Amino acid sequence: MGEEVGEYQGAYKITKGLLDKYGPERVVDTPITEAGFAGIGVGSAYHGLRPVIEFMTFNFSMQAIDHIINSAAKSNYMSAGQINVPIVFRGPNGPAAGVGAQHSQCYAAWYGSVPGLKVLVPYSSEDARGLLKAAIRDPDPVVFLENELLYGESFPVSAEALDSSFCLPIGKAKIEREGKDITITAFSKMVGYALKAAEILEKEGISAEVINLRSIRPLDRATINASVRKTNRLLTVEEGFPQHGVGAEICASVVEDSFGYLDAPVERIAGADVPTPYAANLERMAFPQIEDIVRAAKRACHRSVPMAATAS
Amino acid sequence: MALAHRSSGLLKPLSTASSSSFLHRRPYSTDDTTTITVETSVPFTGHNCETPSRSVDTNPKELMTFFTDMALMRRMEIAADSLYKSKLIRGFCHLYDGQEAVSIGMEAAITKKDCIITAYRDHCLFLGRGGTLLESFAELMGRTAGCSNGKGGSMHFYKKEACFFGGHGIVGAQVPLGCGLAFAQKYRKEGHVTFTMYGDGAANQGQLFEALNMAALWDLPAILVCENNHYGMGTAEWRAAKSPAYYKRGDYVPGLKVDGMDAFAVKQACKFAKEHVLKNGPIILEMDTYRYHGHSMSDPGSTYRTRDEISGVRQERDPIERIRKLILAHDLATEKELKDIEKQARKEVDEAIAKAKESPMPDEPELFTNVYRKGFGVESFGADRKELRTTLP
Repeated sequence: MGEEVGEYQGAYKITKGLLDKYGPERVVDTPITEAGFAGIGVGSAYHGLRPVIEFMTFNFSMQAIDHIINSAAKSNYMSAGQINVPIVFRGPNGPAAGVGAQHSQCYAAWYGSVPGLKVLVPYSSEDARGLLKAAIRDPDPVVFLENELLYGESFPVSAEALDSSFCLPIGKAKIEREGKDITITAFSKMVGYALKAAEILEKEGISAEVINLRSIRPLDRATINASVRKTNRLLTVEEGFPQHGVGAEICASVVEDSFGYLDAPVERIAGADVPTPYAANLERMAFPQIEDIVRAAKRACHRSVPMAATAS
Repeated sequence: MALAHRSSGLLKPLSTASSSSFLHRRPYSTDDTTTITVETSVPFTGHNCETPSRSVDTNPKELMTFFTDMALMRRMEIAADSLYKSKLIRGFCHLYDGQEAVSIGMEAAITKKDCIITAYRDHCLFLGRGGTLLESFAELMGRTAGCSNGKGGSMHFYKKEACFFGGHGIVGAQVPLGCGLAFAQKYRKEGHVTFTMYGDGAANQGQLFEALNMAALWDLPAILVCENNHYGMGTAEWRAAKSPAYYKRGDYVPGLKVDGMDAFAVKQACKFAKEHVLKNGPIILEMDTYRYHGHSMSDPGSTYRTRDEISGVRQERDPIERIRKLILAHDLATEKELKDIEKQARKEVDEAIAKAKESPMPDEPELFTNVYRKGFGVESFGADRKELRTTLP
């Protein structure tokens, strides 16, 4: 259910063909009324349906956030288990390209902080398929944060992933690339950037382990900590605003559980602490680039890069 | 975790006094279903809608049930007032006394497969759906025997098996949720309907109009019931709504204005509405009702309305008094028998409170239960995660 999911075939073509295949009872075009249709979705989940609610982007989810949090996330708890809410809220999250301040925010940290929600962040095609199926089958509310630019990227896909029942476990991160000198955590589009950064670092003698989080809540602290205990260094990467971000939580978690293993302070790469500008050069500065990841990784490894003189 | 027995305490016939009996007086009966026809207090007013007849069929059994059930609801709310003042109930407590006819009349017109959803003034609606006094008082006092195991509180009563979906604290949120329940009912071709209840305060919420638009577009079996008690917290309806004719606010959606203090008017309107929505999509019912208490226990309820107004309504329009007069007029029971029913209600309430007080507060591990339906062995933390760290069940 969502805006343009049916006859328009999906604003980003994700639901293309579904109306013809499943009919208008199951693929429902809504008016531009997020609070209304998110609430209707949650209500139908109360009564046993398994709705998938699309937000054209998660920026618009703020219109409906009361239903996601107060009507969906907390219901099983407040009703002592009587009312579970098997709903999925999905759509593109984070920046696209040149869409400006109101259309570029990443909501991983906001939704990731709410008990009662599960928050998933696919990177590859296998992630998207396996995590979405797991999300729909899950009896709890899931916020599924996709990425508009990743929609256009191709990934190799295993035969296993093509199976119609392919599911990935919720709450488990994936080690995309093994390494021994530094752990880099990332999610969504930043996984690709981290992998490219890892190739560059390899040539400079730094072996980076790249973790694709896949799940913001539950956060796979076990995998992250095990990796840091091996590499002794941590760099977190995200596109969202830096204050109270996903990286802040990962840093705190590692400091709490694996302090003795850290050989360097935890480094964070995140979106700039500004609303997103439109001009292409400024937008580029507003989000992490591969060179930012490389630089921060080197800092954690050698600590020989002098601290940049801070701008006024 | 579920309680083993959920007996409705609502229908408990009194044993008739056999000692003094006049041959011409009919003994109080709980089974008599001979039809009696009553007239509603006022005619219905329609908006884009035919109005149902003022003549409502009932019978002695129903009349006595109405009286008994409303007496119990009234007693429960008054007792909750005392418990709150004794600090046994904490936080928010929104009482329904005065509005009982809406719950009672509605239940008489529908089944337990029709859904009801409301906001936070939910104690009596819970009872109407078959909830027990014990579950209610225990929940209010935060004990495990409560309907939400003590984890919800006054605003979060639910009874899923009776299609009662709460119990919501955010004003207006329950309206799209109720339209969602109706969506599911239509999707499954159930032939049941949803009554989604809100107040005159919530009637101005944007999400209500969003949901109503979709309900009308998709012909959902949703009945929007505005319990207009004329005050949104401390703000009188004429100060909050440019048009306080809430039954007309649906514009293209038909509406009916109903005397919410008259259980038979409510019953007739709900019956009419149920038939209507199954064929024609949503309808709005505006119940003209009144709450004797303030908005909540923190509100004395007399700074924005006069004591004369409150006592005036109590004298002229009290829903229980209306039924009492009907029962006496039809000679279905004596005044003493009715007083005995009220005494019995008081006794049941007192017993339920005593039993609820015996129920313990939830065990500490309950802090972490029901966060998810499927916990995956996920970690969770207390305030000091070095001290309290657990795996979700």
